[in-house]
Amino acid sequence: MTLKVGILGIQGDLEEHVSAAKKAIEDERLKGDLLIVKTPHDVEAVDGIIIPGGESTTMGVLASTNGTLSKLSKRLSEGLPALGTCAGLILLAKRSQDRVVGPTDQPLTGSLDIEISRNAFGRQRESFEAQLSVPKLGNEPFRGIFIRAPLITSVGRKVDVLSRIQEGVVAVQQGNIIGTCFHPELSGDTRLHRYFLSLITRDA
Amino acid sequence: MISLVGIPARYTLEEVSARDSSLSTRGTVLVKRGFAHMLKHGVIMDVTNVEQAQIAEDAGAVSVMVLDKLPYDVRKAGGVARTASLKAIDEIMSSVTIPVMAKCRIGHTYEAKVLEEAGVDMIDESEVLTPADEERHIWKWNFTTPFVNGARDLGEALRRISEGASMMRTKGEPGTGNVAEAVRHVKVVNNEISRLRSYYLSGDEQELVKAATEFKVSYDLVYETARLGRLPVVNFAAGGIATPADAALMMQLGCDGIFVGSGIFKSDDPSERARSIVLATTYFDDPKVVSEAQRMVDERKSMLGMDIKTLDLRMQERGVES
Repeated sequence: MTLKVGILGIQGDLEEHVSAAKKAIEDERLKGDLLIVKTPHDVEAVDGIIIPGGESTTMGVLASTNGTLSKLSKRLSEGLPALGTCAGLILLAKRSQDRVVGPTDQPLTGSLDIEISRNAFGRQRESFEAQLSVPKLGNEPFRGIFIRAPLITSVGRKVDVLSRIQEGVVAVQQGNIIGTCFHPELSGDTRLHRYFLSLITRDA
Repeated sequence: MISLVGIPARYTLEEVSARDSSLSTRGTVLVKRGFAHMLKHGVIMDVTNVEQAQIAEDAGAVSVMVLDKLPYDVRKAGGVARTASLKAIDEIMSSVTIPVMAKCRIGHTYEAKVLEEAGVDMIDESEVLTPADEERHIWKWNFTTPFVNGARDLGEALRRISEGASMMRTKGEPGTGNVAEAVRHVKVVNNEISRLRSYYLSGDEQELVKAATEFKVSYDLVYETARLGRLPVVNFAAGGIATPADAALMMQLGCDGIFVGSGIFKSDDPSERARSIVLATTYFDDPKVVSEAQRMVDERKSMLGMDIKTLDLRMQERGVES
């Protein structure tokens, strides 16, 4: 069986996710095709979807204009496996507000029962790298790259916390949906992408 | 993966030792170049005030660039063009959620420090402003805030990366509404990269060494560019983009995203134009959507374009000798 892994291709670092997912597929000795998803029709064709880093407002505005966001939201509620990183996490969240600007009425899929504080650590000069403990991925620390990153400020009862730092929760999972405040596609460590693939193959 | 080529040894050592400790580290090359990667496939819009910044954000811009005057007005006003008022920058930073950039003069290390203190997310060392140093650009490795620079050819681009630029853009000819120079610059860079790529594929390292001498940059940087077949940092189009079709053209030529300067707020339909350029940038590979985007704007409302040959001031020639 060939997995069809989609990458939401509206805006952001999709190429970095394509190469990270490709490497993860090789590491797991799976067969898979990577598809760039830009329309509701594309959303229908995939077995799992990665929502990359970028600007969540840009992705939300464009994805809601052509119906991609509502189609995505529907498939996520039916159990489509998803990995959202940074802006991708925000797009998956139920509620989001900006640390400085306050509540935003940006379009979201509302699939993860969490609340997000955008730009929680500050501006770009406060962006950072740090070693994270992600027990689900083993004992080896995971290099977290946080770029104008959000923070998960509250989690619903059905949400598992995958990683936490001093300031709060930075990675979660709810059913088939994984979300991270950091960028696993930039650290050269494919463990998180491999874990995401395991959610697709488990369902297949 | 993000290419980490070109970092002077001293900075690499600092980063490696920081990485080995469990503490968090700011301003690493990965974090700075990574920021530019998050802007890809997006549009960055020049703005002068909060109202324009909000129009840009609502239209789906990935970032705004704050100026005192739009390039078209800089050209008309003449005199010395400097960095924007910090008051305007502060107001915009507290009213939009997207990243905020600002321009500093070429070689003006202290304007850049002031912008870093103010907290802008990226600094554009820009030829739109009057250069402060005719011989040298800013040494950008010392900054926590990432920089973007303009270039007309591969040598210029690689020299800026050697000085620590985390992102590149074409220079084009700012404030003209004429895309021709941006097209020329991206084609020059693409052709030079194809030449390096062919040396790489045929294993001709001596020609790569010659190219490094010609460009006045390290062999490693030339080799990495040849291996990747593209610039090792994110590369946007800039300088003269005024319509959705202009943006789609630049994306089709291989740019990672688009800067629009005067094109939006010097037109008579800024909201529609901003939205249509964002749409055309994302769906550049689908002529149907680009045509839909082009339909959202009215050519009679486009900014008046200028012929490059008749210009008194060619901003692109600033900061080329070094």
